[in-house]
Amino acid sequence: MTATGALVASGFFSSPAVGTALVIGAAVALVSGPLGVFTVIRGQSFAGEALGDIGMSGGSGAYLAGVGPLWGFLVAGVAAAALMELLGVQRRRGRDLATGVVLGSGLGLAALFLYLNSTEHGADVTMTVLFGSLFTVDRSTLPLVLVLALLVLLALGAIARPLLLASTSPELAAARGVPVALVGAAYLVALSLSVALCAITIGSILSTALLVGPAAASLRLARRPGRAMAVAAALGVAATWLGVLLAYDSYDWPPHHRGWPVSFFVVALVLVEYMLCGLIGGRRRAPHPAPDTAPPAALGG
Amino acid sequence: MSVPVLAVEQLSVSLAGRPVLREISFTIEPGEFTGLIGSNGAGKTTLLRAILGLRSRASTSSGQVLLDGRPRARRNPLIGYVPQRVTLDPDVPLRARDLVALGLDGHRPGFALPSRRRHAQVQEMLEAVGGGAFADARVGELSGGEQQRVLLAHALLGRPRLLLLDEPLAGLDLRSVGEVVALIARVAAEHRLAVLISAHEINPLMPVMDRILYLAGGRAVHGTVEEVVRGDVLTGLYGHPVDVLHVHGRVLVVAEVGGGTGPAAAPAGVEVLS
Repeated sequence: MTATGALVASGFFSSPAVGTALVIGAAVALVSGPLGVFTVIRGQSFAGEALGDIGMSGGSGAYLAGVGPLWGFLVAGVAAAALMELLGVQRRRGRDLATGVVLGSGLGLAALFLYLNSTEHGADVTMTVLFGSLFTVDRSTLPLVLVLALLVLLALGAIARPLLLASTSPELAAARGVPVALVGAAYLVALSLSVALCAITIGSILSTALLVGPAAASLRLARRPGRAMAVAAALGVAATWLGVLLAYDSYDWPPHHRGWPVSFFVVALVLVEYMLCGLIGGRRRAPHPAPDTAPPAALGG
Repeated sequence: MSVPVLAVEQLSVSLAGRPVLREISFTIEPGEFTGLIGSNGAGKTTLLRAILGLRSRASTSSGQVLLDGRPRARRNPLIGYVPQRVTLDPDVPLRARDLVALGLDGHRPGFALPSRRRHAQVQEMLEAVGGGAFADARVGELSGGEQQRVLLAHALLGRPRLLLLDEPLAGLDLRSVGEVVALIARVAAEHRLAVLISAHEINPLMPVMDRILYLAGGRAVHGTVEEVVRGDVLTGLYGHPVDVLHVHGRVLVVAEVGGGTGPAAAPAGVEVLS
């Protein structure tokens, strides 16, 4: 048995489900990593988490209506983003409140839809909606995922500079003529689309892990915005791909040889990345004495 | 006579129905250094925001703001602005030089491609404000004085003719205050920049001010320090007795407070206004 053979179980590269999972995982990570950097800078991780949780209602509603879950995640996400914007998510003071209010109502709806799915349709989709199931994503979803990913990336590229300035200081941005509210709203829409993409990959509840995790890890290494976005994208792709690989391998693992959830591996790997980046970043930053506070030279006597 | 770089005419601003500024009028000539003095809540930030054309929610205003004799446009390359301290987490991946570079083209769509000319411009401006040593440090890790230098470089990169600074000395230790004031005065002289700088203390600005705009109770007096910082003038502005004391080369503006004249008969004392 070769070294690759020990790591990659046979049939990995020939399985169509694996191929779809790898492509979707990469596309989603490439989008959510860079976007997540702004989420962290703007302190809107809670908004991202809420958008993911609200996605539950969309995902479960989609199963009820008999359409693909991604459509549900999208509709719920964009609607929630619009509602949060309306209630004042951009104002620093009202932000958590607006998010919390929308979050509560979204979760209530999800409870209803999940209940109806199991009672009326006899199908318990709770696991799939909440925690994802990348191997079972229908191949026909692929074009939509790719188009959305490209769309969000293009939009982010278009607003990157004013968004960075507005996220650093709304005052500075407004003084330079940046339409701060408009840029913030555009970012929120991009965020909701990106969260929907994460939800289809690792589930609505875990979507934040892929959005904020690689970004938070990258901030412990990168000093400049462009590099942080690139590192976050790379870490996201690494976590999803390695997660898919381990999940595939886990079909040979106990207890039942049925495979462990991909989402578990992806989230665990993101955590490992975060801790590793913290170690590397901490070691790199530690020896940094200011030049004018060097200890005084020892005097004789 | 030259056209003033800034002319404010009969400017009144109300926030949520409460009048904050009442019929403020003054001009700033090219290259002139003006101190905007007033205690907290006197309306200094409101005035600077009105000049910039930034509107808060529920604010109404009347009067005119002319830049170079013309009404201001939405984005004003004529004005450089340094807001009160930017609060950033040390984690935010933004080096001093990145924030300065945003002063050049932060309003443009897309992202900046690496350019040698851009890099040189940023480096030159950072060194002009004495920020070469921490150009690659994250902005959130810098001290208050260092951040002020970075924000100053950010504002200067757009080649403005008028620099507005909102309380740049707040929260700085005494040594940094002197350094930042001297730096602003030097850069302003080099670039022939007019400056309007707000502060609640007069003394740090004394050596460099050409004129003073003293704000109290929504009204303002404008003139040279000798014309404005006088007991009779400030008494008229405040509407109650105010004394100007000269102590060890420092100016203290003081008012008697309490003493049984007001409704709350607090013990008599002296409040230092600026």
